[in-house]
Parts: sequence; C-alpha cells; structure tokens
Amino acid sequence: MNRRLFRVLLLAVAMVLGSAATLLAAEVEEPPARDWPHEGIFGRYDKAALQRGFQVFKEVCASCHSARYLRFRDLAGIGLDQATIKALAAEFTVEDCCDENGEPFERPARPADRFPPPYPNDQAARAANGGALPPDLSLIVKARDRGEDYIYALLTGYEEPPADAEPPGEGVSWNPYFPGGWIAMPPPLMEDLVEYPDGTPATVEQMASDVTQFLAWLSEPTMEERKRTGLKYMLFVLVLTGLFYAYKRKIWSRLH
Amino acid sequence: MQREFVEAPVRGVLKWIDQRLPVITWAYNELVVYPAPRNLNYWWNFGSLAGIMLTIQIVTGIVLVMHYTPHVNMAFDSVEGYIMRDVNWGWLIRYLHANGASMFFALVYIHIFRGLYYGSYKAPRELLWMIGVVILILMMATAFMGYVLPWGNMSYWAATVITNLFSAIPLVGDTLVTWLWGGFTVDNPTLQRFFSLHYLLPFVIFALVFLHILALHQVGSNNPLGIDLSKKDKIPFHPYYTIKDLFGLGVFLLVYGYFVFYAPTAFIEPVNFEPADPLKTPPHIVPEWYFLPFYAILRAITFDIFFIPAKLGGVIAMFGAIFVLFLLPWLDTSPVRSARFRPIYKQFFWILVLDVLVLGYIGGQPPEGWYVTIGQIATAYYFLHFLVILPILGKIERPLPLPKSLDEPVLGTAGAQAAK
Ligand code: HEC
Ligand code: HEM
Repeated sequence: MNRRLFRVLLLAVAMVLGSAATLLAAEVEEPPARDWPHEGIFGRYDKAALQRGFQVFKEVCASCHSARYLRFRDLAGIGLDQATIKALAAEFTVEDCCDENGEPFERPARPADRFPPPYPNDQAARAANGGALPPDLSLIVKARDRGEDYIYALLTGYEEPPADAEPPGEGVSWNPYFPGGWIAMPPPLMEDLVEYPDGTPATVEQMASDVTQFLAWLSEPTMEERKRTGLKYMLFVLVLTGLFYAYKRKIWSRLH
Repeated sequence: MQREFVEAPVRGVLKWIDQRLPVITWAYNELVVYPAPRNLNYWWNFGSLAGIMLTIQIVTGIVLVMHYTPHVNMAFDSVEGYIMRDVNWGWLIRYLHANGASMFFALVYIHIFRGLYYGSYKAPRELLWMIGVVILILMMATAFMGYVLPWGNMSYWAATVITNLFSAIPLVGDTLVTWLWGGFTVDNPTLQRFFSLHYLLPFVIFALVFLHILALHQVGSNNPLGIDLSKKDKIPFHPYYTIKDLFGLGVFLLVYGYFVFYAPTAFIEPVNFEPADPLKTPPHIVPEWYFLPFYAILRAITFDIFFIPAKLGGVIAMFGAIFVLFLLPWLDTSPVRSARFRPIYKQFFWILVLDVLVLGYIGGQPPEGWYVTIGQIATAYYFLHFLVILPILGKIERPLPLPKSLDEPVLGTAGAQAAK
C-alpha cells in the first residue's frame, strides 16, 4: 500500500464521518457563545455581578428552585461581609430539632444554615409546577453542556411557538434552547423585576447574565483558588522541567 | 539466560540489613545498574510514567476515601457537596484523581502502541506483554467501578448498562447479573461492592507491575531497532534513564496540571453532575473516552450470528478485542520486531491507529444511521488486522536488512534504505 492510497483512504473516512455528523445534527438550537469574565486561565469571578446575580436568584429563582449546597456563610465567597450574611440569614426561618419537649421548632436562620428550599420535597415541587421538577441549581452550570452559554440563552430565549408545534400540556412555554422546545418553566425574567442597589438597569439580559455568573460560582466556588494554585504549580514545574532537561543534556553528553 | 546481580555498595547498618533482607541490593540492581539500551527514544518514557500515575491514583484515592461515603443516599453529596466544597484542598484531590484516570489510560495506550510499533511483544517478551494485557483489563475494571462511586446519573446508568451485558450469557446470565448487583437493580449493595473492589484492584495492579518489571529486566528492554543488543550497546539505568524519565515526568506533569487546574471537567460528562436517578435515563449513555473504541465494538454487532444473538455477539466481540492481544505474540509471524524494518507493517500499523480512532469517535455517537455502518466496518477491520493481516504479512513481507549492532546501522545499507 502506498502513501497516496493511504491519504485517499483517510480523506474518504473523514468525508463519511463529516456528512454523517451534519445529517444527525441539532434539532435543538445551539446557544450562542458569549464571553464570561471567569473564563480562561486568568479569568476571575466578577464579584459585583455575583452579588447582583445572588439577588436575582434569591428574589426570583428561589421561589421555585432549591440550591441545597448553598449555606449562608458561603456567600463570603461572593464578597458579602459577616454582618451582611448574618442579617441576610436572619430574614429566613428554618426548622430545627428539637425543643425541651422533643418538638421541632422554628427559628431564624444562622450563617451555618443552608439556604431553605422552596418546597418540602420533590412531590410538592412537582405539584406546584404542573408536574415538572424545577432542578436544584447548585451544580446546574456544570450539569449542562457549555453551561453558562446555555443558561443565558435559556433565560433570554423565550419566543412565540412555531405554528405547527403542539403543546404537550397546560402551562408550558416555547424555548428553542430547551430540548424538545416546550419547557414547564414560565419565562422567569422581565424588565425591572428586581431593583439593583448599585443602580445597574435591570434588563432581562443584565439579570440573565448576572444570575448565570452567580450559578457558575455556585457550581464551582473553588475556581479562583484552583486557578491561583495552578499558576504557581505550572511555573514551578516549568522551571523544574527546564532544570531536568539541562541536567539530562549534561549527563548524556558523556556518552558522545 | 541468567541475570547477574551486583551487591549494593552500602556499609554499616544498611549493609547489616541488606545481608539479611536483600531489598537494597534488589533496588540497586533494578533501578541503578539495570543495563538499558543506549538508543531508547522518548516513547520509552511512558512505562515509568504509567507507574508514577498508578502511584498518584493510589495516594489520591486513599485520601478521597477519608472523606467519601459509599451509600446511595450520601455518595453524591459527599463528593459534590463535601469534598469539592468543604474539605481543605478536596477539590484538588478529587480533580487529580478524576483526571488522573484519563491520564493513566492515555499513557498506557501510548505505551501499548509503542509496543505494537516496535514489536516489543515478540519473543522473548511474550509473558511481559501478557502481564501488560492483564494490567490493562484490571485498569478497565478499576476505572469502571471508580466511575460509579460519585453516584451521578451517568455513574448509575453506566453501571446499569455495563452490568446488564452479563445477562447476555446463555442460561446463567440473569442469575449472574442479580448476583453482581446484590439485588434486582443497581442499588446500594452494588455501590458498596464496587467501592470495595475499586479500593482493592489498584493494589493487585501494583503487584502485577512488579511482575511486569521483573519480566522486563529478566530479558532486557527492547529498543527502536528491535534487534538484540550486546553489552557495549547498553548503559546503566542510573543516571541516564533516571534523569531522562524525570524530564519526561516534568513534561507530563505540565499536561496533567493543565487539565487539573484549567480544564478539570473536560473529561466529565455534564450528566454526572446530576445525582443518580433510576427514573431519568440520560438521552445518550456514553462511557468515558478511554472505553469508547470498545463500546463501539460492543454496539457494532446488531445482527444474530447463527445461533448467537446480537447482544451476546457484541459482548463476545468487545471482550475478544482485548483478548486477541494475548495471542498477538503468536499471530504476528514476522521474525523482525521493529516496524522500522517492516515497510508494509508500518503502513498497517498507522491504519490500525486510525481505525481505533474511528472506533473511538463512533463509540461517542448515537447508534444510528451511518454511524452503525462505519462502526461495523471499523470493527471488522480491527479483527482483520490481528487475525488475518498480521499472520499473512509476516510470511510475505520482505523486511529491510537488519543492522548487527548500534555502531553499524544508520549509515549501512539498512540505513540508506530506511532513509528513503
Ligand atoms: C415559576 C417557577 C420557576 C421560576 C421562578 C424559575 N424556574 Fe427554572 N424551572 C422551573 C421548572 C418547572 C423547570 C423544569 C422545566 C422542565 O423540565 O420543563 C425549570 C428548569 C430550569 C432549568 C433547567 C433547564 C434544563 O436544561 O433542564 C434552569 C437552568 C432554570 N430553571 C433556571 C432558572 C433560573 C436561573 C431562574 C431565575 C431567574 C428560574 N429558573 C426561575 C420553574 C421555575
Ligand atoms: C499500570 C500499567 C503499566 C505500567 C505501570 C507499566 C510499566 C512499565 C515499565 C516501567 C516498563 C519499562 C519502561 C518502558 O519500556 O516503557 C514497561 C515495559 C513494557 N510494558 Fe508496561 N506498564 C503498564 C501497562 C502495560 C500494558 C497494558 C502493556 C501491554 C498490553 C504493557 C506492555 C509492556 C511491554 C511489552 C514492555 C516492554 C517494553 C520494551 O522494552 O520494549 N505494559 N512497562
């Protein structure tokens, strides 16, 4: 077998694979790629966006979605100070066990408590949402392909259903980014739904971007520590490898 | 062939110990004086890298176990809610271990293809090679069971799909699967036994790596020319290969570090960030990348072969794809080891590489349309390579003239031809 035949073979395989891939491609719309400040080797979270995003989460999303890995004290990670966290926690009541009679009782939340879920269990959540379960948002950005782009597209992408689309039931909306198109989540954002204390205009795009960044942080709160450690590690190993290489050259030169 | 052992040059207490328990002499002979070919290229770095990677997996694994809880109600939370968030450096340990598995397979696959290219499986290294194949099989079992431990939704469904394969075995299949599961579905007993075995098997692999190296040092390393070398063409392992391996390690640690620190979830399916849910089947159940070629072979058999039903056929083909490697030393009939001197084998080697890559790609696609056909062709070719091409090629191929030693080659007749 000669080189040319080999190349022709390679090309043929590539072409077959390529055409097969386009044939099977996407019934679902691909979310457009956006730039996120926390992407890339030097990317860091934008703390102001995280705080605005938390506000959107707390005032909007949290009425349907839980975030069971979020404790109030973790919010130090988005730049809230201890006093703010304490005050924030105290706005919520949680159930504790137990008082001196062995009965569960309610008390204001403390920083070590978890952010309370909107529903006591999955069945209640389904019952309130037309049978669909609003997923826990703690890991949602990592649980979706290209998570940030997808969630932003989902939150901003609601539109009129195509004429031939038949809704599968009551109370569903059309969103081309959601697999299947029909989603049980009503469009959660509309202009000026929240009022940002820093004066940022609360457009749908702004809120979607902020809450997406907050959810990215919630999915990976150790990202900044990871990238900082990574930089030190890479520099250290790079120098070490350089030394090994120089040393290797020196030792092997004895052989020539 | 008897290896000569040199006594370790130690004095005092060490000498006292060494005379009663010759571990120092043993290490001295294996790691310092071992006579290695002086012409090994960088493809020979991957064995020691794999050994280091195995050690890293064991160390990070032991630390993970200190914080992990093997129970269906707690496993996911103990990983995602606790290790990743609350344990100091827990994220680092977890990402080192998760990406370590991918690195380990990448290293070992390169190591294996190195062996295929340079004919390292041929006499007198057949047993060395076969121990390697056993290591590969155990690695696969270990990685599969490890993947189940975080109890994400892909963990759960991968466990279900793969264990279900055993139900294809005639007569005892269903009983066997129930026995494997420890119940009637993948559930807590399954998770706990996988945990137990995932902890055990790496130590078995560790022991096999010792045998692997024992066998290697008994017959000596192969080399890029594939010829038997005399003493004067060998150099002591230390310092020449210790320093070369250290340099290789440095380069590898940069690649590994890139994934751990900058793309830690590149190899993790998004679905596995959702907890296991028996009621929610993921749209595409795909295994980790390093299983994809085998997964493609499993799914290629979509038709009954005589009395063998398609499902059983797929299982046989998948296991056969690995077991054929055990026979390789005898399937390849050529007396020449290195592909450098086998012009036709060299082409087929690269076609096999391409074929395995195609299988890997197909393994990641849904089993529909063209993908099925391509997967079937690639599967057929895989077996054709080992069962038909290699036995025949060894008989009809005219190898280039072999050099007699390292001093003679490159400029001699063989070199002149190889340079063309
Ligand atoms: C009225 C209740 C409600 C509110 C408010 C709400 N959601 Fe949802 N959400 C749902 C339901 C119900 C689903 C499940 C949809 C389905 O499965 O069809 C869902 C699903 C999702 C999903 C998962 C989509 C997928 O790919 O599976 C994301 C992400 C999400 N919501 C984000 C948000 C964010 C961010 C907010 C706040 C801006 C929010 N939701 C506010 C009810 C709500
Ligand atoms: C845990 C996995 C493995 C480890 C740690 C390991 C380790 C090693 C080491 C340290 C060497 C010597 C250095 C070298 O030649 O690269 C070696 C040689 C070798 N290994 Fe492995 N190995 C592993 C898996 C395998 C597998 C899966 C195979 C084949 C299926 C294999 C086949 C061989 C062969 C044939 C040699 C001899 C190489 C030669 O001298 O040409 N190994 N191995």
